[in-house]
Amino acid sequence: MEKTYNNKAWFLVLPVLVLVAFSAVIPLMTVVNYSVQDTFGNNVFFWAGTEWFEQVLTSSRFHGALIRSLSFSLVILAIQIPLGIFVALNMPRKGIGVPICLVLMALPLLIPWNVVGTIWQVFGRGDIGLLGYTLRTLGISYNYATDPWHAWITVVVMDVWHWTSLVVLLCYAGLVSIPDAYYQAAKIDGASRWSVFRYIQLPKMNRVLLIAVLLRFMDSFMIYTEPFVVTGGGPGSATNFLSIDLVKMAIGQFDLGPAAAMSIVYFLIILALSWVFYTVMTNYDTANR
Amino acid sequence: MDFSWMAWTTPTALFFLSILTLLLGMGVWEYFSPGGNPRVGILRFETTRGDRLFLSLLGSAFIHLAWLGLVSPNLWWALALSVVYAIGVFRFV
Repeated sequence: MEKTYNNKAWFLVLPVLVLVAFSAVIPLMTVVNYSVQDTFGNNVFFWAGTEWFEQVLTSSRFHGALIRSLSFSLVILAIQIPLGIFVALNMPRKGIGVPICLVLMALPLLIPWNVVGTIWQVFGRGDIGLLGYTLRTLGISYNYATDPWHAWITVVVMDVWHWTSLVVLLCYAGLVSIPDAYYQAAKIDGASRWSVFRYIQLPKMNRVLLIAVLLRFMDSFMIYTEPFVVTGGGPGSATNFLSIDLVKMAIGQFDLGPAAAMSIVYFLIILALSWVFYTVMTNYDTANR
Repeated sequence: MDFSWMAWTTPTALFFLSILTLLLGMGVWEYFSPGGNPRVGILRFETTRGDRLFLSLLGSAFIHLAWLGLVSPNLWWALALSVVYAIGVFRFV
């Protein structure tokens, strides 16, 4: 049957366009306007030109926050993607175990960010927290509030706990969509467990992995609430990621101009990296089809 | 309707009008030559003219930022370089 083309269908997209205009385009325009001006409040603005951009680009504070955010995202991807695949491969495919595993995996995703932060803040405390107290009892001087490495480990483990299950669920969805015929053919050929993973499961999970990597990268690069609740960006500036630094600058210091310039640079970096991820993975997918 | 809270300035309004004009221009181009002209260029993967506009705009933003951070606050040369870059993208990517 031939497809019918009717451009009037585009009108059906209009509500979404209006929604995006209010939630993204208009705020972004405002941020661009702020980035070239200075204000002391009361809706009075003074032209500043590219001053804030120069300030942001040459600021060691921005460079530090950017490196921390990129490092955090890389660590998160390096842990969550392989771990997610591993857990998904070991989840049951039939029986009562399936719903139990799915519900268990979905649970962390249902908890709001600030609650996750609060749970881990208490969990890691040496005086009342189960983790902190146990580690101290074992003779490990764990304190995420004073040691930068401990703060990093806590934030990374917290994110792994919160979000690995998203990768697991996506990979699992990819795995269950593989027809049994593939596995039967592999069995007849005497394929090893690794060969089945490398030549059947991994290629079939490619699309969902693309989504998982993109989602986890963007989410981890923009992470704010959880580390803010646990460490507040500290100790010192050890976990002061770009988003936390941005909020401190915009709301804490009320430096709206520099914060807007920083937001735009931040936005461009996310846009560029997401495009690279998306392009590389979709082309890998096309080349392997 | 009062849009003063958006803190509009003439340069930023001109900037957004330019983007809007580019998008409308792409719409008109698509109307007269539908299909997006997909092709494989020097990046060795298929791009449409929408992809090429995206790459041009994103690259131009980074050219401006790099110029500002490394060369000087005078951005006219960065603009000229961006135009050359965009022509290159539309021709070879």
